[in-house]
Amino acid sequence: MSMEQLIDKYFRPGRLPHIWCPGCGNGIVTGAIVKAIDKLALEKDSVAVISGIGCSSRASGYLDFNTVHSAHGRALPVATGVKLADPSLNVVVVTGDGDATAIGGNHLIHAARRNIDMTVVLYNNSIYGMTGGQYSPMTPYGSKATTAPYATIEHDFDIAELAKAAGATFVARATTFHTQLLVDLIAKGIQHKGFSIIEAVSACPISFGRQNKLGGPADMMKWQRDHAVMLPAWNKLTEEQRSGKFPIGLLYEVTDRKEYTEAYDELIARAQGGNK
Amino acid sequence: MSKILLLQGNQAVVEGAIAAGVKFFGGYPITPSTEIAESLAERLPLVGGKFIQMEDEIASMGAIIGASLTGKKVMTATSGPGFSLKQELIGYACAAEIPLVIVNVQRVGPSTGQPTSPSQGDIMQARWGTHGDHWLIAITPASVPECFELTLRAYALSEKYRVPVILLMDEVIGHMREKIELPDNYDEIPQAERKQPDCAPADFKAYAADESLVPPMPPFGNGYRWHVTGLVHDETGFPKGAGSATKAAADRQYHKLYDHLDDIVQVENYCMEDAEYAIVAFGGAARTAYEAVDMARKEGIKAGLLRPITIWPFAENEIQKLAGKVKGILVHELNRGQYVYEVERAAAGKVPVYSYAKYDNEPATPAQLLAEFKKAMAL
Ligand SMILES: Cc1ncc(C[n+]2csc(CCOP(=O)(O)OP(=O)(O)O)c2C)c(N)n1
Repeated sequence: MSMEQLIDKYFRPGRLPHIWCPGCGNGIVTGAIVKAIDKLALEKDSVAVISGIGCSSRASGYLDFNTVHSAHGRALPVATGVKLADPSLNVVVVTGDGDATAIGGNHLIHAARRNIDMTVVLYNNSIYGMTGGQYSPMTPYGSKATTAPYATIEHDFDIAELAKAAGATFVARATTFHTQLLVDLIAKGIQHKGFSIIEAVSACPISFGRQNKLGGPADMMKWQRDHAVMLPAWNKLTEEQRSGKFPIGLLYEVTDRKEYTEAYDELIARAQGGNK
Repeated sequence: MSKILLLQGNQAVVEGAIAAGVKFFGGYPITPSTEIAESLAERLPLVGGKFIQMEDEIASMGAIIGASLTGKKVMTATSGPGFSLKQELIGYACAAEIPLVIVNVQRVGPSTGQPTSPSQGDIMQARWGTHGDHWLIAITPASVPECFELTLRAYALSEKYRVPVILLMDEVIGHMREKIELPDNYDEIPQAERKQPDCAPADFKAYAADESLVPPMPPFGNGYRWHVTGLVHDETGFPKGAGSATKAAADRQYHKLYDHLDDIVQVENYCMEDAEYAIVAFGGAARTAYEAVDMARKEGIKAGLLRPITIWPFAENEIQKLAGKVKGILVHELNRGQYVYEVERAAAGKVPVYSYAKYDNEPATPAQLLAEFKKAMAL
């Protein structure tokens, strides 16, 4: 399907243009979600897109599914309620790096720990975009932000490692430069039965790029091209060669960990069978 | 057929929840509300419902909001500190008009306070705990049977008006054991229904309301694909920046409740027919007041009790009428004085309004309340 056809099919009429700045990567990530859903031929009625608050979280309003634009950091608890109450829905969570790992960080590790079936697409633009460029827990160490005029002295999260340690069963990363990979990973994440998270490394030229002199949108995407390394190649690199770079692809997947809503159905059967 | 049981208030809430058709509970343990979570963890799976212990009270609120969007009746239960954590999302539920019930079994605060001691210190928090203009309902039971009845009523109101309802309990009522008669099975209990759209999905505007001012609310997954947001939205449900949209949303959310105070506000009048002096008390404090009124009557004092069952919206008309009838009003509450200011405002100087505030971990005895009553009324 062409992008025009995808927009006609999956975007709500009259809701565009979006609020995002010129050069923002959010459109690419949102497009990738729609392409992944299209690839899987999911019924629109069967999809719930739940977001928090932030530039990225505005995506939910543009998309023609069952959608929630919740509160800052709270997309995952709302998504947990939706999924547990109606496991037939395909739940996709749209969140920013601050939304997911600062104010919503606790919910992230617990949703991962439960291994509840949903797919988190984390739009990582390295900054608080909506509020104008303050540092997030994923702002690279040493970067400038409006609240870090002397550069951050806080170390940033590797969300893939964090999610894996917390119990996520599908962990992946792509960038807005590697769009086909991003689409494939989101589609695989949705198909995966359990908690899946895809970090989408994205550019915020206005609120992050400018403060850190990273050039325009095209320069920031070239940076993604030059610093992201496909996992098989990454695995062959020495520690030294890895410095400053990051792996992309399906970083981790396990299928033998029980999914939460399935476990709950078994619990109901046990309880109703009279067994504790 | 019915059965007679000896139950705690908190357990009667659980029975009420099951009878009301609750199918989802998200919570986090806190004294003195924990029995509700423990009991629903056991009961819900038996009726095909879901219980989840979330990572905190914020998450619990989020989870019940999400579950409500799928059309389920949902509950969370907490006490003061947890109630504070829920506030941002209570405001969200008001703005997005999501039916849900929050039980707050109050304890002494602020902060960790006195975890196991009774209090009615969250009267104002229940009304004004979240930020911004908002309207919601809070109701408060004064007996174990009423815990059951008001839990059912909480769902009737919440679903009818698409509004969060706070079942505002106190430790006295939550932990007290009393006789209660319950139906053997709950199948015949009328279930509150959420209004459904009667138009085709293509014509559906999620927040367009008829003269009831309450928009219909289809569950996720049934074809209507609507958008839920805490941003100010117009009748389409999508964000709208105009001041007129802010005003229209606020006005509709106000009027959908405040045009129906006859339906929403309930009070009990005890010995009020010929009363010359009145006590106003609710929840656990009302228990003391019934007895104090009986004692006063034995002494020949024409005392009566007005017991607000609905705490919010405030029983404006009822208190105004009371002020036109009696010579004095004593408000007895288990806090340093919260509800009394509302009574004073509504009485508008027509009669003196006194406060017997009790905030030393112990409910008053009837004798103490009677003594304060006589002192205030100069009897
Ligand atoms: C409780 C609360 N605190 C703070 C804010 C203000 N706020 C809105 S969005 C945001 C940060 C968004 O950053 P991120 O999650 O990275 O998303 P982005 O805008 O970059 O897509 C903040 C701090 C808020 N809306 N609610």
